Amino acid sequence: MALPSYASPVQRTYYYAYLFFCAVVFFFLIAPLIAIVPISFSVSPFMVFTDGMLAWPPDPEAWSLRWYKNMIGDCSADVVSSTVPCSKKWMVGTVNSLFIGIIATAIATALGTMAALGLSRPHMPYKALIMSILISPMIVPLIITAAGMFFFYARINLVYTFTGVILAHVALATPFVVITVTATLVGFDMNMVKAAQSLGARPIRTFFKVIMPLILPGIISGALFAFITSFDEVVIVMFMASIDQLTIPKQMWAGIRQEISPVILCMATCLVILSIVLLTTVELLRRRSERLRGIKSR
Amino acid sequence: MEVIISTAELLTTDGIPLKQSLKKAERRNKIRAFFLVFPLLLFIVVTFVIPIGDMLMRSVDDSQINTVFPNTFEEYKKWDKGEDDLPPEEVYKNLFLELANGDKRQIGKALTRMNYAKSGWKSLIKKTSREIKKIVKKGEEPLSYKDKMIEINKLWADPTYWYSFNQMVNERSSIYYWNALDRTYNEEGDVILQDEKRRMYIKTWIRTLKVSVYVTFFCLILGFPVAHLLANLPLRYSNLLMIFVLLPFWTSLLVRTTAWIVMLQQNGVINGVLVWLGILSDDGRIQMVYNETGTLIAMTQILLPFMILPLYSVMRVIPKSHMRAAQNLGAKPAMAFWRVYLPQTIPGMSAGGLLVFVLAIGYFITPELVGGKDGQLIGHWIAYHLKTTLNWGLCAALGSILLFVMLIFYWLYNKIVGIDNIKLG
Repeated sequence: MALPSYASPVQRTYYYAYLFFCAVVFFFLIAPLIAIVPISFSVSPFMVFTDGMLAWPPDPEAWSLRWYKNMIGDCSADVVSSTVPCSKKWMVGTVNSLFIGIIATAIATALGTMAALGLSRPHMPYKALIMSILISPMIVPLIITAAGMFFFYARINLVYTFTGVILAHVALATPFVVITVTATLVGFDMNMVKAAQSLGARPIRTFFKVIMPLILPGIISGALFAFITSFDEVVIVMFMASIDQLTIPKQMWAGIRQEISPVILCMATCLVILSIVLLTTVELLRRRSERLRGIKSR
Repeated sequence: MEVIISTAELLTTDGIPLKQSLKKAERRNKIRAFFLVFPLLLFIVVTFVIPIGDMLMRSVDDSQINTVFPNTFEEYKKWDKGEDDLPPEEVYKNLFLELANGDKRQIGKALTRMNYAKSGWKSLIKKTSREIKKIVKKGEEPLSYKDKMIEINKLWADPTYWYSFNQMVNERSSIYYWNALDRTYNEEGDVILQDEKRRMYIKTWIRTLKVSVYVTFFCLILGFPVAHLLANLPLRYSNLLMIFVLLPFWTSLLVRTTAWIVMLQQNGVINGVLVWLGILSDDGRIQMVYNETGTLIAMTQILLPFMILPLYSVMRVIPKSHMRAAQNLGAKPAMAFWRVYLPQTIPGMSAGGLLVFVLAIGYFITPELVGGKDGQLIGHWIAYHLKTTLNWGLCAALGSILLFVMLIFYWLYNKIVGIDNIKLG
């Protein structure tokens, strides 16, 4: 929306002030994420831009990969610093996070997709009530969920186990799958299901041969949402996992709380890159899904 | 020619009335649809709804101590406080016996509960128990349990200890809710304010609401122009700029919180830039993190996408011709905006505003990490009692109040926006 050529100087001023304000907000949204990237390559054990990093011409002494080496558990002499501990914790955390995330995503996607299929049928009874129950884990604040689950899981001896954490994460992740898959099923042509069935396909075969290929983009985006929910979750893990059951968020929490170490920024940089990859994937899937269903892009 | 209209019901090929057959088919469909939803419904009920219900029950539950001192409490209820200063002999006797024969771990738990009612209980009972054990070991049976106990410790003659039993004798108790609002019971069983130095929850509740209102307001102020720009730019540009909104939305909460610590700390990026520009002197750096300011700034940035996205989706469908028509009819741009454009964005503002507000009051991670001492929200106390003091009743009561407040706002959200209209990404 460009300014018309007849705009008065006052209008022009307002318009440019408005653009400037928007630019500032965009900067506010993105700047913190950008700022951590260069600092993660610093030599210094403090999370700051050092003089050497800002110098012109660039000072190669000020930059290094030492914290990245520390993160992957390489504790050789040039990596170790007196203030920053070095251990395999980050890698243990990565493995655990992936393990919990993948299992929770698999269960959440299967359950969520089934439920979404049921909810999209025209004959579903008590639809609104069931939907609000299914979505509730996304709505209730995490700290309340964590408290409730901790009390209850303590009664049935599931605290301090991976099983407890995974069950909790599945509960937190399913609403995202239900919402995304239900959204994909809006405008889904049910006649195709009828056609498949009239040609003799049983329900399971109909699902895998007809429904799934069409709603696959929705299922994958739902699964990605579920994965990132579990992968990023720290409150439940803090209360429900035992001390040695580390995950990436838990390790980052400890890192911020106790030892303000630049290794956190290395992991943060990796996670920003991961989120760029996921964002791109979801966007591409959304466009593909709209194309498949014949909806014109906006 | 005579036309015969059959009044008989329409039949299917099997000879069953069509109506009945259709009903049967519909019921089958209903059951089928329900069976698809059933596994997840069961899962959520077991892993989520029941635990939350369990928490609500726990917030009023006071049964543990009633299983430790059942006879004492039974006799205690019979005591006429107007008549005697101290409870009758029977109460002392039952307490003596229940302390002598009770399970040590259960008594320990009960002591913690008694200490919430009146500090001093724990040490009194512990000291008395030791003496009682000695007496029982010797096989003595005191003539008067009352005199014996007062002899062991003269605090047993202090009626204020006995009065505090008042709030424990029932299996259901509202004491945790009163505690969560800085209230407690006095000796007569009336609700009174806590001591000055033990009042911290009301303060935190107020701060939680205040921070949530501020964050919602800032998000609206910052988000409105951006959503307007995104909604009115050609798609090529707006899709590109949308990345600035969606990337933070997709990035780990902990990463964003860490990033804000890096930005705001005393030798952080913002202070550095201000010093470099000469706005601040090197020793005049501002403390922007580990206080309420830090919580406000970080939460605003983190929740901003939740404001922009609903606003954007509402603004995109407002026809551009409306503004032009208003101006054509003689309205100045500001007037046209105020009278024509703004009213149409109200659904988006209320959706975004409620969403941000509801998310903000339940926030825990960000305030905990960047809030320092005076930037904590109520989630801090829930976690503190869950993990550190193990006062689970109070933890559950705080959680239940928060849940209740949330549900009111969600009910509003549902009325205005509809919960199944939540969109992601």
